[in-house]
Amino acid sequence: MARKVLAKGNEALAEAAIAAGCRGFFGYPITPQTDVAAYMARRMPQVGGVYVQAESEIAAVNMVMGAAAAGARALTSSSSPGISLKSETISYLAGCDLPAVIINMQRAGPGLGGIQPSQADYFQATKGLAHGDFHLIVLAPYSVQEMADFMVLAFDLADRYRTPVMLLGDGMLGQMMEPVVFPEPVKTLPEKSWAVTGTKGKRPPNIINSLYIQPDELETLVLERYKRYEAIQREETRFETFFADDAEVLLTAYGSTARIAKSAVLALREKGVKAGLFRPVTLWPFPQEALRQAAAAAEYVLCVEMSMGQMVEDVRLAVNGAKPVHFYGRTGGVVPSPAEIIEQVTRIREGS
Amino acid sequence: MAVVFTKTQGLTDAQTHYCPGCTHGIAHRIVAEALEELGLVGSAVGIAPVGCSVFAYQYFNCDMLQAPHGRAPAVATGVKRVRPENLVFTYQGDGDLAAIGTAETVHAAARGENITVIFINNAIYGMTGGQMAPTSLPGQVTQTTPNGRDPRIAGFPVRICEMLSTLPGTAYAERVSLDCVKNVRKAKQAVLKAFTYQMQGYGFTIVEMLSACPTNWGLAPTEALAWVRDNMIPYYPLGVFCDRRVER
Ligand SMILES: Cc1ncc(C[n+]2csc(CCOP(=O)(O)OP(=O)(O)O)c2C)c(N)n1
Ligand code: SF4
Repeated sequence: MARKVLAKGNEALAEAAIAAGCRGFFGYPITPQTDVAAYMARRMPQVGGVYVQAESEIAAVNMVMGAAAAGARALTSSSSPGISLKSETISYLAGCDLPAVIINMQRAGPGLGGIQPSQADYFQATKGLAHGDFHLIVLAPYSVQEMADFMVLAFDLADRYRTPVMLLGDGMLGQMMEPVVFPEPVKTLPEKSWAVTGTKGKRPPNIINSLYIQPDELETLVLERYKRYEAIQREETRFETFFADDAEVLLTAYGSTARIAKSAVLALREKGVKAGLFRPVTLWPFPQEALRQAAAAAEYVLCVEMSMGQMVEDVRLAVNGAKPVHFYGRTGGVVPSPAEIIEQVTRIREGS
Repeated sequence: MAVVFTKTQGLTDAQTHYCPGCTHGIAHRIVAEALEELGLVGSAVGIAPVGCSVFAYQYFNCDMLQAPHGRAPAVATGVKRVRPENLVFTYQGDGDLAAIGTAETVHAAARGENITVIFINNAIYGMTGGQMAPTSLPGQVTQTTPNGRDPRIAGFPVRICEMLSTLPGTAYAERVSLDCVKNVRKAKQAVLKAFTYQMQGYGFTIVEMLSACPTNWGLAPTEALAWVRDNMIPYYPLGVFCDRRVER
């Protein structure tokens, strides 16, 4: 039987990436994800993999692009300012249909911001990461176990749909320690007949490219990609509910904030308030329909975030005016407490 | 009748889009011939830049990858690190390599990354219509230096081979010119040597080719070749800047 071990979030996801068959890690130091890189620097050589400390986040993600194009499962990890630097190449990854995984352990912004946990990169991850019409699959773990499990899922989804996938965590999840069962090492990786591995004189050259000068050719490809996005929306939308069935007060939160929201739900239930939680697990695709249904029986929705209100826009779109949607957030870097959430609920009840 | 010239198997049959008199075509041919002569067409993975040679992925008859502007050496690093047995080369212009991609170039060399960089120095941004490049000469008129490049305002041109040869990771750095037959022959020898060094695992190799852009220089093809000879070579001396055969 699989053994439970106590592990730190960042190390759990690094080890899980190795279990997923990742053999190329390319990084650049930034708090609070440096321990992912440190772990990989030690582990990669032990498993015959590659670790390179790049000269910048830009170089790191371009190394990922090269390794992914050559058929390897490749990973880069960073935190908010570093992701901004990676954005151009993430657009190229999408435009080249290259599978790769990018970790963002969010810290407070804007600018250099702070090194405390944050959720202020939701817009960046799910909407406007870089130029062009494209999406990333965005997975939002909320426990050390999910950090490990989603790492494997991220690589599988990336390969299945030939798309970059982002694992969106934050400093809190990275540093927290919890018991975790590590995923089994993946035995066989999917064939990649499209990869640039040298023709060996046996096939026509493979070309990996995102440039299409003819507008209709480009449009055809973008439309095909959007068909794939539709399949992802249909097949891969994930969420969790917690006491949501009979909830009059429906909280929505993701990632580490969802842990705090769960404590608030339990405390509210003890006070006799029928509270529940809807937790999006995939932020893109956003579980729009599931949330609409979950909100149908509630009196109102309260979205809690570690930001000035970003996911709340998707929550409002999902609820579509059927119920009032309130927001409570602390700016990135300041963690909302269960007590604050309870206070919000009380205030809304009192109509203030 | 005796066959005196055949097109190399290292190139596809696609017709190139280069302007008349552009030396990108010559550079393509000698790189492709070198691949063929060394039996490396089936091993090679080439990285196309952003610039006039972006479509190199249609011309080289090997696996090709198109990189973001300036990032080819980092992309090549990713390919080479997971496929060390393949020959990996980048093909980059001066804006791509010596402006936006300077960090990637310098650090690939510093790491002794076992890749080959083919560097086309035509002293101008060709694709975007003739703006000043980091390698534009003092006094050179470009779209963005209409009165000639004034080093007091626009700084001095960058000598890449000289700079990279100071790094122990660089195994081989040679500057060649595509202005005449004799120099084109030398250029091919340099590419052969760079690829051979890579296959021996010696580290980073770069061949800088002084190249003509008649279109944006506003010169006829033969005048442009003379301009390379008369103006570029004096500023960018030809020759081998470093040759280190150290197995890593
Ligand atoms: C990030 C980014 N910035 C700017 C451009 C526009 N751009 C396309 S080609 C080019 C210059 C290329 O010049 P060079 O590398 O000298 O190659 P040449 O065209 O002369 O062969 C620029 C600036 C771009 N495509 N991407
Ligand atoms: S613009 Fe200059 S570099 Fe570009 S193809 Fe024409 S001549 Fe060659």
